[in-house]
Amino acid sequence: MKNPEEIFELLKNEFKDIIIGLEKESPTEPIVAIDPMQINKVGLFLRDNDILKFDSLMVLSGVDDANGTKVKDDDGAEMISGGTLSVYYHLHSTNLKHKITLKTTTPRENPQVESVYNIWRTSDWHEREAYDMFGIIFVNHPDLRRILMPYDWEAGYPLRKDYKNPEFYKGMKVPY
Amino acid sequence: MGLLDKEFSDGNIVIARVDDLMNWARLSSIWQLGFGLACCAIEMMATSASHYDFDRFGVIPRNTPRQADAIIISGTVTLKMATRIKRLYEQMPDPKYIISMGSCANCGGPYWEHGYHVLKGIDRVIPVDVYVPGCPPRPEALLEGLLKLQEKIRNESLRKKIS
Repeated sequence: MKNPEEIFELLKNEFKDIIIGLEKESPTEPIVAIDPMQINKVGLFLRDNDILKFDSLMVLSGVDDANGTKVKDDDGAEMISGGTLSVYYHLHSTNLKHKITLKTTTPRENPQVESVYNIWRTSDWHEREAYDMFGIIFVNHPDLRRILMPYDWEAGYPLRKDYKNPEFYKGMKVPY
Repeated sequence: MGLLDKEFSDGNIVIARVDDLMNWARLSSIWQLGFGLACCAIEMMATSASHYDFDRFGVIPRNTPRQADAIIISGTVTLKMATRIKRLYEQMPDPKYIISMGSCANCGGPYWEHGYHVLKGIDRVIPVDVYVPGCPPRPEALLEGLLKLQEKIRNESLRKKIS
């Protein structure tokens, strides 16, 4: 059983620059920040290493950091320009009973993160949900399409902070 | 009631108006489409179960829209589901009836403001006969809704459906 600091040191020694840092913001547990296009390599190490054995991805979630600048678009509606989207991974070792939280941050204009589908199959639908709600592209995901919203939904990604709901969908009025 | 109160003129003959006979037959065996959406569906199933016994009013779930008389919209209707419900409704033969059960199906319920995926009332897609309020409505409320529907059918005429 290892605490987050020890796991961070292990990863830092193994991967050097790929591991960006350890974020300690109490009251949350420390979070290991990782390069979005190298997360697959790190994930494989976390799962297969004998003293880590992270065999379970409890949850994968997208977050809109909303740290860009607010601008008005042509219609006067508020948009967010620049800034980042993040993906959080909560891992658990059912064997060694320890946990770790990973985080990758990717630019809002071209949000790309490497898929971890080949490591934890749980991530299949979780990545599809993060794509559906935030528009994060998971590179190498085998079937990246919307999971909750209709397949032909064209109004954007609903959980982004600057999302605007459409007036109509297929002739049905959407607002109350 | 009304129907069999008519006089017996002979041992085997009951005299009644065609309207009364048809309405009596329709309202006494409303087969509902076996269809549930959210937590209201749990209450609907409880209504069908032994304690409240929907079957005593002739209501049984039917697993195809082609043999169903009524559809109970029991739960939150998402925009994605609304297109499917419309198709189910169109597959049902006339005369067909709709009970909108619970706040979500009536007007969007708790999702009325921020529910980007929710249709704010099933009556935007298909015509509703009876609205049952509640979140979710208790089985007694759904039974009351059914009785209201029966009352509505009892007053129908063969010549035109009362809307």
